[in-house]
Amino acid sequence: MMAQLIKDNTLAADTWQTLELGPDETPENVALPSGDVIFPAAVWLARKTEIISGNKRIGLLLKGDDRLEDIGGDLDHFIVIAIDFPKFVDGRGYSTASLLRQRYRYAGELRAVGDVLHDQLFFLKRVGFDAYALKGDKNAVQAIAKGFSTFSDAYQTSTDQPQPRFRRRA
Amino acid sequence: MYKYDAIDRQLITERVEQFRDQVSRWQSGELTSDEFRPLRLQNGLYVQRHAPMLRIAVPYGMMNTAQLRKLAFVARTYDKGYGHFSTRHNMQFNWPKIEDCPDILGHLADVEMHAIQTSGNCLRNITTDQFAGVAADEVIDPRPLAEILRQWTTFHPEFAFLPRKFKIAISGTKEDRAVTWFHDIGLHLQQQDGETGFRVIVGGGLGRTPIRGQIVRPFLPWQHILTYCEAILRVYNRFGRRDNAYKARIKILVQALGVDAFTQLVETEWAQIKDGPATLTQAEYDRIAAHFTAPAYDRQVDASAFANQIENDKAFARWVERNTHPHQVAGYVAVTLSLKQHGAAPGDISADQMDLVADLADQYSFGELRVSHEQNVILADVRKSDLHAVWQAAKGAGLATPNIGLLTAIICCPGGDFCDLANAKSIPIANAIQARFDNLDYLFDIGEIDLNISGCMNACGHHHVGHIGVLGVDKNEAEFYQVTLGGRQGYDARLGKVIGPSFAAEEMPDVVEKIISVYLENRHPDERFLDTFDRIGIDPFKNRVYEGRAHGKAKTAQKEAA
Repeated sequence: MMAQLIKDNTLAADTWQTLELGPDETPENVALPSGDVIFPAAVWLARKTEIISGNKRIGLLLKGDDRLEDIGGDLDHFIVIAIDFPKFVDGRGYSTASLLRQRYRYAGELRAVGDVLHDQLFFLKRVGFDAYALKGDKNAVQAIAKGFSTFSDAYQTSTDQPQPRFRRRA
Repeated sequence: MYKYDAIDRQLITERVEQFRDQVSRWQSGELTSDEFRPLRLQNGLYVQRHAPMLRIAVPYGMMNTAQLRKLAFVARTYDKGYGHFSTRHNMQFNWPKIEDCPDILGHLADVEMHAIQTSGNCLRNITTDQFAGVAADEVIDPRPLAEILRQWTTFHPEFAFLPRKFKIAISGTKEDRAVTWFHDIGLHLQQQDGETGFRVIVGGGLGRTPIRGQIVRPFLPWQHILTYCEAILRVYNRFGRRDNAYKARIKILVQALGVDAFTQLVETEWAQIKDGPATLTQAEYDRIAAHFTAPAYDRQVDASAFANQIENDKAFARWVERNTHPHQVAGYVAVTLSLKQHGAAPGDISADQMDLVADLADQYSFGELRVSHEQNVILADVRKSDLHAVWQAAKGAGLATPNIGLLTAIICCPGGDFCDLANAKSIPIANAIQARFDNLDYLFDIGEIDLNISGCMNACGHHHVGHIGVLGVDKNEAEFYQVTLGGRQGYDARLGKVIGPSFAAEEMPDVVEKIISVYLENRHPDERFLDTFDRIGIDPFKNRVYEGRAHGKAKTAQKEAA
């Protein structure tokens, strides 16, 4: 079932397609589609120049093992960065997002994809995601209504609140 | 102790509602059981052998009497009238219904308690020394920084789905009582050139692969504790193994990289966030520390009657000797109420006992109490002149067994009677050993000795650091027990050595008695068990325990002959 894209607290149409490699395809030989495409990091790293000349709007897909350090210098090219959650309990993407926003100052769309569920939305938002490909079989209305407002404040610094609570006390 | 402000209260109230909603979505099928499982675990809710188990946090072991009375209420209303103190400052209820848990959490929230992050692959409850703030050997009171860390760990957005669970312990004394060498992060508060800071130890742990932690930073000024922990956790969250749950703890990452390379990663990460907004301020430290000021101590305690009571009542004198501890303030002691009554499950406490302890704490100890990782309850501030009254009341409730530090004050996990993970039962082994050493004169003569029992290699009973450690193992679906000797907690904490092949349950009291007899025959005057063990080594114990038993090659030969 197609994922449901949540942006700005509402369901949004997804104009992006994600390039997936077939069994015989490699980052070096895969055909590069045009339009709004999210490219896997390996394809981006192998075919950067071609992609830049062929695509106006470029997206990047980061999987768990992809090293942020490898693409850190390229961020100006991306309109969307999708971070993959192979399982919702695999929390690497939270650190990847924190670093992209706080360290690399990435300001484009940051999209959570994969096993994205209602109960992770609050934390995803806090670390800097602003788009969420909720799993297709889940209740998006309920998730939008409750998932982002679980807690009214937070103790720690994070992307959405760089000041810890103790520095915001009256 | 720390009192919640409006936001603290609001957050735990919101947590109750979040959990209520999760339970209801799970019941309606919107959340699958696989999706619900990590969520309920992050709220301390297990599904165990017989029933669910709900684990409630007692942050850094401190509790007030309203909280303890509420636990008694929960035990009576939603459980079978008792609870169990674990080895990490938690209370566990063994028989709640899942659908009652949101209501239970609602009651707990009324007294500023919760079950947040008491399980699951996240930042767990912060633990410390049960005598924090009153210990005679204390350098710095760890409680304000423990509370600061509690807040920082609560709902940390980046570290809610770590490769594995993550435990932090903090100690402010010379003689560490918080097992800091065997935590994911162990923190020793200390002073250096007039500055307060931490020795930061990373990568310790018991469990399946017991490893003593290693020093990652000899001295970290206290203001940097949150940013430094963030750096450690970020390195772990990014690079810790996720392919194998048994190799996912930070200790494995530290071992794989080597402590120097690991430290380098942490320091590089820290350099980027050091001095940022999460750096603690003196104002914040002072605000939190103001919750932990000394109570209004009586500076004129008349201990003359106490001296007479000790003189004239041997049973009272024994209890004072074992179950009271030096205090910073003259005329006061800390009292351990033993949850190690012979024949009872170690760490279990009934609702009636909870109410009685609350009454005692109100009357004699400023309305507060502590729990220890040894699974006992502590009244931290008792006047010597009140001790006799406290002892009598505690004795009447089965809480005055004078065995703290002795052989029968066994640390013991719930084991195969309750726990799904266990390979073997642990409580019946503890009870059988207690029955064998039920003579108090004998018990006192044996002197100080820690006996710890775990029902499986997850080591909740801390068997690796028992002077005598007992580990339940499963051999061809039968329960056996492996014995280690020479483990210890404290600043010189180390792991025990396995004595040899494991034993059947019914052999265990004999095995312990043989180990004790070797000690008694070999000890020099004033030597504790551990001293004698360190002097004579493991072989005399091994020879006695396996005397007349075929094992190793002999056993193989015997089998082949048969």
